[in-house]
Amino acid sequence: MSTQRASPAGTGGRRVLITGLSTYWGGRLAQALERDPGVDVIVGVSPEDPTCELTRTEYVRVANQHALLARIVQAAAIDTVIDTRLIVDSVNASPRAAHENNVIGTMNILAACAGPGSPVRKVVFKSSAHFYGCERDDPAYFTEAMRRPHPPRTLIEKDIVEAERAVEAFAARHRDVTVTVLRFVNGLGPDITTSHSALLSLPVVPSILGFDPRYQFIHEDDIAGVLEHAAVHDLPGTYNAAGDGVLVLSEIASLLGRPPAPLLPPWGTGIAAAALRRVGVRIPPEMLQQLRYGRALDNRRLKTAGYSFRATSRETVQAFAQYLRTRGLRTAEGEGYQYEREVEEFLRWSPAVRGDDRLGLARLGRDQLAELARALESARGARPARPARPAPRGTPPDGTLRTGSPSSSGGAADPEPAADP
Amino acid sequence: MTTRPALPPARRTEDLRDHLPAIEPERTVTDWGRSERLEGLVDRTLNSFLYHYWFRCEVEGIENVPSTGGALLVSNHAGALPPDASMIAKAIQEEHPRPRRLHLTVEHFFKGYPFFSMFVAKIGGVPAHPANVHRLLHDERQLVLVFPEGAKATGKLYKDRYKLRRFGRGGFVEAAMRARVPIVPIAVVGAEEAMPTFAQVGLLRRLTGLIYFPITPLFPHFGLLGAAYLPAKFKLRFLEPVATDRMGSEPWEDKGLVQEVAGDIRARIQDELVDMVGRRRSVWLG
Repeated sequence: MSTQRASPAGTGGRRVLITGLSTYWGGRLAQALERDPGVDVIVGVSPEDPTCELTRTEYVRVANQHALLARIVQAAAIDTVIDTRLIVDSVNASPRAAHENNVIGTMNILAACAGPGSPVRKVVFKSSAHFYGCERDDPAYFTEAMRRPHPPRTLIEKDIVEAERAVEAFAARHRDVTVTVLRFVNGLGPDITTSHSALLSLPVVPSILGFDPRYQFIHEDDIAGVLEHAAVHDLPGTYNAAGDGVLVLSEIASLLGRPPAPLLPPWGTGIAAAALRRVGVRIPPEMLQQLRYGRALDNRRLKTAGYSFRATSRETVQAFAQYLRTRGLRTAEGEGYQYEREVEEFLRWSPAVRGDDRLGLARLGRDQLAELARALESARGARPARPARPAPRGTPPDGTLRTGSPSSSGGAADPEPAADP
Repeated sequence: MTTRPALPPARRTEDLRDHLPAIEPERTVTDWGRSERLEGLVDRTLNSFLYHYWFRCEVEGIENVPSTGGALLVSNHAGALPPDASMIAKAIQEEHPRPRRLHLTVEHFFKGYPFFSMFVAKIGGVPAHPANVHRLLHDERQLVLVFPEGAKATGKLYKDRYKLRRFGRGGFVEAAMRARVPIVPIAVVGAEEAMPTFAQVGLLRRLTGLIYFPITPLFPHFGLLGAAYLPAKFKLRFLEPVATDRMGSEPWEDKGLVQEVAGDIRARIQDELVDMVGRRRSVWLG
């Protein structure tokens, strides 16, 4: 944390804004950051409700309006903005909605970070390997310095290129802001639904006749891990995020234990894909290119920046195969979560909630605690203020903090030292 | 980007070679899409047969191929479906004291051909992109075979046999210089007669979308049999390596030097070819 500027609140921890909190990546990142004692404040915004359980993240329902975002950024003195909102799968949204989100949304978020006197010191932008496209004359491994050799073919690629261009322009204009662009390859895991996970869940693995493309995957835990790594370390520039190793499609099929099926002809592939869509197999256009030429990214820059991947591409596919085999046996426990604003607010703010340190008092500094105590005491008109003992810093980050839960006896801000585990 | 401390200091090494992915021993396919199984099968059957019985390859100077480290092999190229690459690979397998696999660079447009693209990648072909060559030579310390003449050589007619075409723009020299690996020139005699091209039909080329449409002794009138080779006698000569690591700090910036080295290598191969063809008594018996 040596690179951290002191935030206006004076406690030194990060104050993070996550856009796209409702996305899988946004939610996972928020969960990871909640465990990090170096992060003071996590604010998440998205037009939809969060999809996973969060304990201390503040959720604000707001879409990409930059005036609203700018107010949140200013008011909460956000120093780190992590943008996880990019739509990279054209199955998930209509072209118009994707454009609105990817291009206009990115512009708005960058505008919100850019105002005069903006507290933002770091922007992390989650992008996609679709930035590079898939063409015949591609290199076997894309490095971050490479540009795509041809203009984008599909709408989603066009949007991603345009969004990245906006981020690049922002980085050039704001030299004092650390701008990180992370280009992720296809993610795979039990909890994320992409057109690739849908395709690999079929009884056969569809392919284009006569092609065996190279493929890389990144495990869903690594997606969250890379985002977190970029959030807590300063990584200026662009980084490819891909699991080690490059598989070929036939190898993936054999890892999944499913026969490869060349359902698509080498010529007229688009027409055949349209026909497959009628029977429910949706292959988006950006994926057709990948099924033909394949793509791989050089992930070594991210490794030199200190990130070590937990799973290789092969292990990712193996884990996915394991999930597919046991899918029917599992009860849908994660899916049971539904965001209810009243419940979340009760859990965060009600003085009746005991146990875990929902208020995050352990993360407040000595002065703030004293101030809070004074305020509470004077509000109750009771004994004069006494200095509160500071909460011990560096307590375990796993949410087991038990300091000064508000109790009925009155001393709301009277933290006891955490019991050492 | 000014004075701000950037990267976390933990295990920061500048050499990207330290961060190559580890080899997963259970896999039979490499990260380049090369399949050990298919390559082994082709090697044991077709290549073995061609090498020992059909072309009866004779090899000289195999010791010029280094046993370790990257090296760029540069050869002349011929035949409508050129057999020289697989014979060079097989020669290193058979004759070298430390047999090594080599990667063959192929033109990008092959990546668009169904089946063929798949097959070429599985037996060790990589698209001829400078970044690919650099990664193989420098980072992975492999052998890479290039044909600087490219399709100009395989499309040429029988009457032009053993006349080397232009050696590209010297990109292969630049690649070797950047990777600081030696260049091993190779002269191959026999491939010109194994599948000679008598004519090129431009109209059929455009209609079929192939890179060229050759008339060979067996193609197109015998259909698929056109892929068969005539049993010419093969001779392969590996020449003294050209070291590129003692040419200054950034020799690739000196385009004149690059062209000079490329021209020099081309002249050496051409001289060897003239010598080898001059000594040859019979196309079929050597």
